[in-house]
Amino acid sequence: MAKKLTVSASPHVRSSETTTGIMLDVVISLIPAAVMSVVYFGTRALALLSVTIGSSVLAEYISRKVMKRPNTISDLSAVVTGLILALNLPSTLPLWMAAIGSIIAIVVVKQMFGGIGQNFVNPAITARIILMVSFPAAMAKWTAPFEDGWAADAVTCATPMAQLATVNGGDVSAVSGLPSLTQMLIGYHGGSMGEVCSIALIAGGLYLILRRVISPVIPLTFIGTVAVCTLAAGHGNFEFMAYEILGGGLLLGAFFMATDYTTSPINFKGKIIFGIGCGLITSLIRIFGSLPEGVSFSIILMNIFVPHIEHLTTAKPFGQVKEKKEKKEAAKV
Amino acid sequence: MSKIVNGVLTAVGKGRGGVNVAHNKNTAQLPVERMPVPAKVVLPMQQHIGAPCTPTVKVGDIVSAGQVIGDTDKFVAAPVHATISGKVTAVGDVKLANGMICKGVTIESDGQMREYEGIKPPVVTNKAELCAAVRASGLVGLGGAGFPTHVKLNFPEDKNVDTLIINAAECEPYITVDYRCCVENPRDILDGVYGIQKVLKFKQVIIAIEDNKPEAFKILKEIADKDNDMGDEVKLMTLKSKYPQGAEKMMVLSATGRKVPPGKLPADVGCVVMNIASVAFVGRYLRTGKPLISRSITVDGSAINNPKNLRVPIGTNIQDIIDYCGGFKSEPRKIIFGGPMMGVAICDTNAPICKQNNAVLAFEDRKDIIKKERDCIRCGRCVDVCPMSLMPTNIERFAKTKNIEALIHSGIMVCMECGSCSYSCPSGRPLVQYMRLAKQILREESAK
Repeated sequence: MAKKLTVSASPHVRSSETTTGIMLDVVISLIPAAVMSVVYFGTRALALLSVTIGSSVLAEYISRKVMKRPNTISDLSAVVTGLILALNLPSTLPLWMAAIGSIIAIVVVKQMFGGIGQNFVNPAITARIILMVSFPAAMAKWTAPFEDGWAADAVTCATPMAQLATVNGGDVSAVSGLPSLTQMLIGYHGGSMGEVCSIALIAGGLYLILRRVISPVIPLTFIGTVAVCTLAAGHGNFEFMAYEILGGGLLLGAFFMATDYTTSPINFKGKIIFGIGCGLITSLIRIFGSLPEGVSFSIILMNIFVPHIEHLTTAKPFGQVKEKKEKKEAAKV
Repeated sequence: MSKIVNGVLTAVGKGRGGVNVAHNKNTAQLPVERMPVPAKVVLPMQQHIGAPCTPTVKVGDIVSAGQVIGDTDKFVAAPVHATISGKVTAVGDVKLANGMICKGVTIESDGQMREYEGIKPPVVTNKAELCAAVRASGLVGLGGAGFPTHVKLNFPEDKNVDTLIINAAECEPYITVDYRCCVENPRDILDGVYGIQKVLKFKQVIIAIEDNKPEAFKILKEIADKDNDMGDEVKLMTLKSKYPQGAEKMMVLSATGRKVPPGKLPADVGCVVMNIASVAFVGRYLRTGKPLISRSITVDGSAINNPKNLRVPIGTNIQDIIDYCGGFKSEPRKIIFGGPMMGVAICDTNAPICKQNNAVLAFEDRKDIIKKERDCIRCGRCVDVCPMSLMPTNIERFAKTKNIEALIHSGIMVCMECGSCSYSCPSGRPLVQYMRLAKQILREESAK
């Protein structure tokens, strides 16, 4: 035998799934939302998408190089971060601000903590929040769909979330100029580039669930909790609940950001707690807080709790009896 | 009899975890072929879990097939028999396929395959006699682990063992010898069930087959239906094909709903699990008295010219077996002893087949054999698929940092190294290796 035999630990077959494949699936699932953002917000959206994705990949490449660690841009995770970040931004944001967001996400949040799988908070969300507090005016300048985002005097409009925050008790009819629920579904209203078109987001989310890239647990518990809370806050007004679910970053957050592997619990019970926690915090901010929107903050707050949630919900190894039960049984004997 | 039909239970959803591995049962339709007697066999003295045997023959002795050539007075062990007739040419250290060195006896064939004259059917009327007979037959679990069968059957009376589970799941890809056993020797299987049941009187006997082997199920059911002596307590059961359905603890859970606690044996929850080939062997042995001198193996894989199911004398050189199967189609890059999920990759084909080996697989260079290792992305697939409800990714971290306290808490000792975690990891991490390392760290710690 000329070549030597490979000797390695079992198993000797591996599934065909790869990190790159998973990230590619996430990119594919976000394509509908990205396309719709270009449809609604034009070339400006395309420019923002290119800038965030490009600067994310570049930031990843350079930071790995500087840290003398293996290059990881081929796993496509930087593309996903850039893409999600772009979808979270208003279409009017200056491009250099978007680039700063990408650099914060990749360098500060991800690579400084050790790269993929090591960051304790979601890079895109953290970048968004940092941009929000750094450039509050620019980050709240929403235009209506089909407005020319390049023009300095583009007509701004309020997001449905901001409009709804002005009324108490879910009185939807009291809000003037609120888009219809159909408009909410197809995305014909103001808001972040990627969050407006609910149908595209739901399609992408379903794709991820069917491809088994994400488990449906977090999206379901997250959205479900928001539904229950807003229904209660709206005194049983289903219309209000529907606006709350379709509006703001809820769908984008629940399907694509709260399910981020690195920053969500890996066990089933932990996922339930995480989803409910995100839903509760989002609802509290939306209903009682002064901000119209709370998805980003809820996810980042729950990200921080993940190690504790996991620690408390770790499943007992096969066949191991719970300590309490053991004590009970011992007491019986 | 109708109860057997009623006994067709499904275990869907009972188990947890596991992976869907491509079955690749390419050799399922190939009848077991008897390989011609090899020119020589090498019989290691350790072909089981437990104490090694001591050779009872010396160089120059003339032995016949079925004669004891190695034994020990230790309980957890099984004697080794000559598997061909001929002359003992060497007694000394031999290298096993996995690189382990142990004592062994080399026999050169005289080509006659004379049977030992002392072979006669054993008389079995009680448990002690059954266990003694099974021990004398040299039987060890033929499914892969190689645990001496008589030790399993000799469960203490106070354990209330009420269930015999006959494992025909054969969940490892490629291997088809258990399936062939069901199809070709259903009589032996039933004889084995009777023989054991007559003495040990279990409340129920469950024959469990994965649902990807409907023909085997039909054949077993037909013969069981025809036979009216068959007690009502014998049930046939189909299990969902999902790796590792055939693992002992999974089997007990699927068949009875009982969970074997960590560090305990199936007997502690009232079960004895036997591989179907072992049961068939017991049936044949009780009828003929012929000890374990040959076994069926699957020879398959992308690098093998003519994949086959073979019956080979134990101790046959692997290279002889591969040559008999037409040699290598192309240069093999990996040769595995056993299935691709839990088998051992070997470095040299010049090694003997042992009692517990059920397959020799040879593969060409393939991408899925070695996957590029990347950083963990915490996707949680390893956690989802772990049949023992462990968190492999966390255990990997604890093992790397030697975090003893966390390792103890993690329950790593229940890991059976089924390979589901490594298999499903998209980042190609060698998780099973870390699981082994973690166990070793704990063993060393407790030895301190």
